[in-house]
Amino acid sequence: MTQSNERKLTIARAMAEAIAQEMRTDPGVFVMGEDIAALGGVFGNTRGLLDEFGHDRVRDTPISETSFIGAAVGAAQDGMRPVVELMFADFFGVCFDAIYNLMAKNTFFSGGTFKVPMVLMTSTGGGYSDAGQHSQCLYGTFAHLPGMKVVTPSNSYDAKGMMTAAIRDDSPVVYMFHKSLQGMGWLGTEQGASVHTPEEDYTVEFGKAKVVREGRDVTIVSLAMGVHHALKAAAELEKAGVSAEVVDLRTLVPLDRDTIRASVAKTGRLIVVDEDYHSFGVSGEVIASVVEHDISVLKAAPQRVTSPDAPIPYAREMEAFFLPSPAKIVEAWGRMKAA
Amino acid sequence: MTPSKKQLHWMYETMVTSRRFEETIEKIYLEGKQPVFNMASGPIPGEMHLSNGQEPVAVGVCAHLEDHDIVTATHRPHHEAIAKGVDLKRMTAEIFGRATGLSGGRGGHMHLFDAKVNFACAGIIAQGMGPAVGAALSRKMQGKPGVAVAFIGEGAANQGAFHEAMNLAALWKLPFICVIEDNSWGISVAKKDATSVPRNDVRGAAYGVPGVYVGGNDPWKIFEAAGTAVARARAGDGPTLIEVETFRLAGHFMGDAEGYRPKGEKEALFARDPIPAMRKRLLADGTADEAQLKDMEARAEARVAEAIDFARSSPAPAPEDALTEIFA
Repeated sequence: MTQSNERKLTIARAMAEAIAQEMRTDPGVFVMGEDIAALGGVFGNTRGLLDEFGHDRVRDTPISETSFIGAAVGAAQDGMRPVVELMFADFFGVCFDAIYNLMAKNTFFSGGTFKVPMVLMTSTGGGYSDAGQHSQCLYGTFAHLPGMKVVTPSNSYDAKGMMTAAIRDDSPVVYMFHKSLQGMGWLGTEQGASVHTPEEDYTVEFGKAKVVREGRDVTIVSLAMGVHHALKAAAELEKAGVSAEVVDLRTLVPLDRDTIRASVAKTGRLIVVDEDYHSFGVSGEVIASVVEHDISVLKAAPQRVTSPDAPIPYAREMEAFFLPSPAKIVEAWGRMKAA
Repeated sequence: MTPSKKQLHWMYETMVTSRRFEETIEKIYLEGKQPVFNMASGPIPGEMHLSNGQEPVAVGVCAHLEDHDIVTATHRPHHEAIAKGVDLKRMTAEIFGRATGLSGGRGGHMHLFDAKVNFACAGIIAQGMGPAVGAALSRKMQGKPGVAVAFIGEGAANQGAFHEAMNLAALWKLPFICVIEDNSWGISVAKKDATSVPRNDVRGAAYGVPGVYVGGNDPWKIFEAAGTAVARARAGDGPTLIEVETFRLAGHFMGDAEGYRPKGEKEALFARDPIPAMRKRLLADGTADEAQLKDMEARAEARVAEAIDFARSSPAPAPEDALTEIFA
């Protein structure tokens, strides 16, 4: 169904457009990161910004994440709105002190007298054999630590609106974009991620999950790339006469537990799809949100489709075995039905 | 300190092996990725960082190293792995993601580990600094021979890990050498736009260790500087910081359009290709004749071909083996 006025953007372009629009209206917004200026970001999400705004506001940095993320905290506290990029979420290890001990805590430590209105955007996800230091999602790692909002768009409409909301937010926001949704051909691209995206600026409210497909028999809760797996699985299940509802979490912090609960109360069955590691993470949190609220709504034990608790392997055969997929979601339904 | 004839022959043959290897990998990497370039496709998926042009650094340093000496390398590791004597067949199989690879397909091209020759590399900038310093500490504490060399790029000299590790190595007077391969680009960002000093050798002063700069991507000069540093480390006199001017003849990774390079830079670099230059000099000063050079080149070709054949004919790993080798 193509609208005559449809304006499809990739997530990369949607992110860049949101940043540009905010930079035009707010001189305090600037961008820092590795390869974000002339190159326009390794994943394309700052393309065009250098030409319009120049090197003063679009700053390539040295490979010094501790310093430039720490510096963003200082600039944000001093009244600016930095948007900084950590090229891969996997690289958080070199700079996490600046993120979770400064960015996330200074508002609290200062009794709210210091604000840290910055956006930390970072790429996530595997599926193209980039091995164990360039493929992680780490959603649970970031969402676990209090003091930072964490958002995970699955399509370009949300990507743009969430970037605008993130820049305008007075709290720090970790903006996690999945490489396979970016619309960069060299990474392969999930076509469903590029959707109608209005040209004018708008925001997508944090803490509101979205029912992206309605159904009666089972709720599939997911985020980012997993939403597309879930939609494909739901289409498969439909052929077998199973009506699956798909919930896109969109933001992890704050987490919209009400929408999850309402959907599971309707279907009675829950499958959580999360490309992050299995244990101690998002999938467990989603299930807990339901069972600690009202266990009686469940007609079957919840199922999880996640990455195993192991480093992400390089070899294609191993990685395919490792990552969630539509087929694994259908299998999870099979286990649930059999149980 | 000048290299012997035997060392020069090894250096040349190793440089040619590395180059032939990279050229072959480059071709195979593109299989299945045309006309649409998708990193996930073809016999070698994922990122691929080639070392064409940087071979002099690897051979100039590794000519002084034994199997028991330690090397940590970067995301661009092939030239150093080959110069350090990593099993080429198993390394190639790892790059192809095969069961016979160094780690059975778990690590891939950025995560090559060969315990027999004390070689490891990693995918994140400056990550090799700490482990190399730790290996040097271990040898010193245990009274065992061996020096540790961390190869890093010029971009890594702006990471905290670089500065912290240099200080620790100097403080504890460890048998450690940091070799900065300055190829002047950190992906798209030029060294001059990322580093507060034109040359990183001056940073040695911050840690009270000798800082040495080697220009020209010249195997002889690199050999000399590394020889002095290795001798100093073996004598228990502590670390050295060496920065080597080199260049990459390829992009940051395969698929890099290199639009950030000034016009004409690439052509100028190819005119300075260190392999033809070394060949010419070896002939001119009589260190090798045409027949010897051809023999070395033929051996290099054959080794690479054998490694590629081994990888191609090796089986894929069992998918479920992704869940093994997680704990010791």
